[in-house]
Amino acid sequence: MSPSYLAQDPTLADFGRDPWWLVLGKIVFAFAFGLLATLLGVWFERRVVGYMQVRPGPNQVGPFGLLQTLADGLKMAFKEDILPKAADKVVYFFAPTISVICAVTALSVIPFGPMVSIFGHQTPLQVTDVPVAVLLLLACSSMGVYGIVLGGWASGSTYPLLGGLRSSAQMISYEVAMGLSIVAVFMTAGTMSTSGIVAAQGDGTQLTVFGQTIPAPGWYAILLLPSFIIFFIATVGETNRAPFDLPEAESELVAGFMTEYSSLKFALFMLSEYVAMVTMSAVTTTLFLGGWRAPWPITIWEGANSGWWPMLWFFGKVIALVFVFVWLRGTLPRLRYDQFMRLGWKVLLPINLAWILVLSGLRSIEDWDTRGKMIAVGIPAGILLIATIFWPSRRPKPKPTTQEQVDNRPHGSFPLPPMDLQVPPSPRITRVVAEREPANIVAGSDSREV
Amino acid sequence: MTTSTVLAAAGSVATGEAVTFWILAPLALIGAIGMVAARNAVHSALWLVLTMLCLGVFYVLQAGPFIGMVQIIVYTGAIMMLFLFVLMLVGRDSTDSLIETLRGQRVAAIVLGLGFAGLVGTGLYQALDRTNTVGLEQVNAEGNVQGIARLLFTKYVFAFELTSALLITAAVGAMVLAHVERRKKDKIDQVSTMKARFAPGNYPGPKPGPGVFATSSSVATPARLPDGRLTDRSTPAILPQRELTAEETSLKGTDK
Repeated sequence: MSPSYLAQDPTLADFGRDPWWLVLGKIVFAFAFGLLATLLGVWFERRVVGYMQVRPGPNQVGPFGLLQTLADGLKMAFKEDILPKAADKVVYFFAPTISVICAVTALSVIPFGPMVSIFGHQTPLQVTDVPVAVLLLLACSSMGVYGIVLGGWASGSTYPLLGGLRSSAQMISYEVAMGLSIVAVFMTAGTMSTSGIVAAQGDGTQLTVFGQTIPAPGWYAILLLPSFIIFFIATVGETNRAPFDLPEAESELVAGFMTEYSSLKFALFMLSEYVAMVTMSAVTTTLFLGGWRAPWPITIWEGANSGWWPMLWFFGKVIALVFVFVWLRGTLPRLRYDQFMRLGWKVLLPINLAWILVLSGLRSIEDWDTRGKMIAVGIPAGILLIATIFWPSRRPKPKPTTQEQVDNRPHGSFPLPPMDLQVPPSPRITRVVAEREPANIVAGSDSREV
Repeated sequence: MTTSTVLAAAGSVATGEAVTFWILAPLALIGAIGMVAARNAVHSALWLVLTMLCLGVFYVLQAGPFIGMVQIIVYTGAIMMLFLFVLMLVGRDSTDSLIETLRGQRVAAIVLGLGFAGLVGTGLYQALDRTNTVGLEQVNAEGNVQGIARLLFTKYVFAFELTSALLITAAVGAMVLAHVERRKKDKIDQVSTMKARFAPGNYPGPKPGPGVFATSSSVATPARLPDGRLTDRSTPAILPQRELTAEETSLKGTDK
């Protein structure tokens, strides 16, 4: 990569210099992106899940059913807005707006692209950036819980309350795992600003394979694979998406926190869920998938990482991640609540802590000479290899046959039918067949009645 | 460095900062008063959330973006959420009773509270008026986060470690008090659960209804177990048990 591309990377100094109309334009763009992503996201999800379940999905309104969500949204706006008698009116009213505001605010620090020229102004394709942008994202997602929790509480009935409580416990637990994954990113990137993290993922070292220079991936999804996996699992938990959609588990809690909601307030909750999904995909893209930077084969083309093109790569990555969200929903059954909590606290958290320890160890040996590095990495790896090879394999005991199991049952056990039982045909069936008059089939008559 | 950092470092109050302050300061006060005045515990907590959010923004304005964000994430995001969690379990309709147990308590509290606030406010104002910030730029030279990290891990590392030890002790104490440890042999896995279920003396399934696998669907006809034996668990004890006669079981010609 030539230095002219690196000049495309916005730094923190590039922010806060836009004229007011440009700031307004960027804000409107980010907001519109959130709304549009919801409209298309719902359609996308229904179509993809439909494809996975071998059915067409929405295909009537507009081309390919694209306008289905718009129609649904319009319909929802004209529905009666029901306020339950037992509801806490003010909180009930504000809860969905809290959700939406937090979900949309997070979009303001997402870098959509590098420096571009808009009407002669050199400006980064990002609403704003601060030294603690990633913390702002965390703050938004943790404040977004309030919408769900308060919505559940203010509805004044049991199922929403249970949904709200579940969601608060869930989000707090998974925020810990998420925060720890981000710690690894901070350690590697050395910054907390989103544009800085994207820039840090750009300069991978060059690999020479068969005389051809290939840039080694600088993406943190590859460098920090455990963090990436845990982060993505945690985002699924954080956005209340299947298989972690316990707050709105329809088989247990009707619709969870939004059981009592209707009309536009319900629409706002739906909106916030999908905006949060898209936002989280965008955050994952920014932190782990190189942000707006083009993936390897495209970077052969010189202009891939400059101008407006990076927006395309960014949207591509976001759509791919949204697809994974949908894919998970189409594939995995919902976890039980205790399994879910165990996964968060007893699996993701310890793995993350151990990984951060390993990572900081690896980073501290960067200053060592080659021999020291070889020893530090080689000896543990060798021990691990030897242990895996020579680990005594436990052969499982041969399973007793069914007959042996039956014979070994203690006296007085629950009676079993004989193993060679043949069910005799019911005498009633033979009688009915024998006594029934033969069906009078005439040509052209309906033969289904036979 | 953000614009606000630069502005605060300049020592004077910029327009943006002043506007934000005069919008949020009344809100923070309203939140504080509302927290005391609200009768509903959850409303009270929500007012406090408002105050905490305003405080978070104030920190950001005062060139401390890190502490501002941490205030929002940790205090409003996690701690107040746990508060709410507990309050919600108390029940929605539990509001404070309005009966004063101590006569004149409320008036005294208001007067004393106002007096205290006045004292502290005046004292702080007198002490900090016309004080210029010194060295903010040097502290934040490498960035706010790096500056805090430097202090935390050099000068204040002992206090930092002590605090974490205290917190861990509290967490472990809470665990010891609340957690009931089940001994290893008390835990039964799924296979042994099923074995115990089918062991002699335990009936594994729901009780058979009368007439199940029997020659008749009469309430008085005992059900048959899978091996063909009759079971008297299926019939009410008050009914006489008998097999139906051949005439009774014969077809009545009604089921054609």
